[in-house]
Amino acid sequence: MRQFAVLMNDLLNSAELDALRLSLEVATRSVAFSLPVAVLIAWVLTRTRFFGRMLLDAFVHLPLVLPPVAVGYTLLLLFGTRGPIGGWLRAHFGIELPFTTAGAAIATAVMTFPLLVRAIRLSLDNVDPGLEAAARTLGAGPVDRFFSVTLPLMLPGILAGAVTAFAAGLGEFGAVITFAANVPGVTRTLPLALYTAMQSPTGDATALHLAVLSFLLGLAGLLAAELVVRRVRRFVGR
Amino acid sequence: MLRVSVLKRRADFTLQAAFTAPTPGVTALFGRSGSGKTTLVDIISGLLPPDEGEIRLGDTLLTDTRQAVSVPVERRRIGYMFQDPRLFPHLSVEGNLRYGATRAGPATPVVVFEEVVSLLGLSALLQRRPQGLSGGEKQRVALGRALLSQPQLLLLDEPLGSLDVARRQEVLPYLEALRDRLSIPMVYVSHEFEEVLRLATHLVLLDAGRVVAEGTVSEMSLRPELRAIIGPDLAGSVLDGVVTAVNTTLGVTDVAVGSGTLRLSLRDAVPGTRLRLQLLARDVILATRAIDGLSVRNAVCGTITEISPDVEDTVLVSVDIGGAIVVARITRAALAALRLHTGQPVWALMKAVSMRGHAFRTPAPPEPTRPEPPFRSPS
Repeated sequence: MRQFAVLMNDLLNSAELDALRLSLEVATRSVAFSLPVAVLIAWVLTRTRFFGRMLLDAFVHLPLVLPPVAVGYTLLLLFGTRGPIGGWLRAHFGIELPFTTAGAAIATAVMTFPLLVRAIRLSLDNVDPGLEAAARTLGAGPVDRFFSVTLPLMLPGILAGAVTAFAAGLGEFGAVITFAANVPGVTRTLPLALYTAMQSPTGDATALHLAVLSFLLGLAGLLAAELVVRRVRRFVGR
Repeated sequence: MLRVSVLKRRADFTLQAAFTAPTPGVTALFGRSGSGKTTLVDIISGLLPPDEGEIRLGDTLLTDTRQAVSVPVERRRIGYMFQDPRLFPHLSVEGNLRYGATRAGPATPVVVFEEVVSLLGLSALLQRRPQGLSGGEKQRVALGRALLSQPQLLLLDEPLGSLDVARRQEVLPYLEALRDRLSIPMVYVSHEFEEVLRLATHLVLLDAGRVVAEGTVSEMSLRPELRAIIGPDLAGSVLDGVVTAVNTTLGVTDVAVGSGTLRLSLRDAVPGTRLRLQLLARDVILATRAIDGLSVRNAVCGTITEISPDVEDTVLVSVDIGGAIVVARITRAALAALRLHTGQPVWALMKAVSMRGHAFRTPAPPEPTRPEPPFRSPS
């Protein structure tokens, strides 16, 4: 591990390392935020029928089709210090999201949310409702059923979605720069650092480093997602 | 006593069924595919709410649409063995078996883990995952899992339906052992008469969503409603008797049926236990006088109680042989030649090898009590 750190220090300068560390932190926090919500929304969309379900479905998928800058701008309107939610958060909890790492994570979470929900819904579609009925006849109430049968069987999809969302979250640009700005060491993640380097007359080497790094991280993320799914599938017997 | 009286309307089908199942005992719901058997057990389990009606198990009211009572499935303590095993793929066999057991609450268990494991022969499978098991093994695990949830009633919906003939023969003895050793009442859905014969103590016949007849298997065997379902080849009578003597040298068993005794070719019976005899109508011979020098081991004098037309120019002749009724299928030509009529004394000849015996390894029962009629029909 130490050798790895030395190697990274040789390959990347401190600003580049900062960007890498920030990207990892932002992606981790964004997945942590969105995962429980995504499981809930996926369950609601798959297993319940109510008026407005299609609208909720479309709403969840909006970040896929909207310009990321528009998403970031909407977040700024809602979560800005004078926005309806942002103002409330600041007044009651002293939480400020714009220009912070947490804000970058929120923007990333919103952008990767559809990916997560799609993967989890697919896995939930594959859970046989007959197994849940069997659990009922064996004395398991609704919450018990969900945690003892449904959730374990959804695990492959949840983990695949989480790893994919994490990999995608490493590179979220438009929404992050709009909502959380481009503050070195706070919100300047890999893509923002790459963009900044490209704007600088002396940044060619840094830009190339960061581009290669992004490529490798993305590839590693997708491979990891596939491996995790295979391992977990075998574990839960599906 | 399980009392069911329910109405369920579907787009293309209406189930309106009322029956009473004696407990303990195995009540078979028997009928063709699509007669509403699965719908009925789904309603009893609580998985499917009825439009109208009530369900009562012993003193417990499970469903009553008039009083808006509906005990949730998970609190009914009704075990359900489905057509497909529905084992949890993320748990080991032991994890599956214990799933219901850990949720059954602190009440004194009706069956204990070790007992079920040994009864169903599961000890070698405990650490395996369900996906590696054979079809028969899976159903045995599903049965054990349902039993260990400490149910007050066990529903079995064609539990052998997904198995081939060989696997059925593998699982059937376990079901018989279960019936004979545990006192959990069972409702058994089937469209195979063989399973009914081997397992059931009470039989409910369903056709097009209605109960057309119910009673003991022996009573039902004489009903045209049953013959309509099982077809002419299996028509005959089913007699419940008690083993009186077993001659292992000759390989024959004597069974007390009604006021007489019948002898059949069977070696491994146990004196004093119940035995069910199946006598096909096509295997019974009628004679107007006693005949010597026949290989037939059973020649019993009785009285003709009924003559009814049957398939292809044949008639079914019912003969009372002292409290038990046997049925013979003869041609109309034979009927005319022998000039048979109701009330006439006649000899019924039955070969020991043409009778099939199904052992119930339980002591001889007291006189069977007739179940009370269903308490209310849904309006």
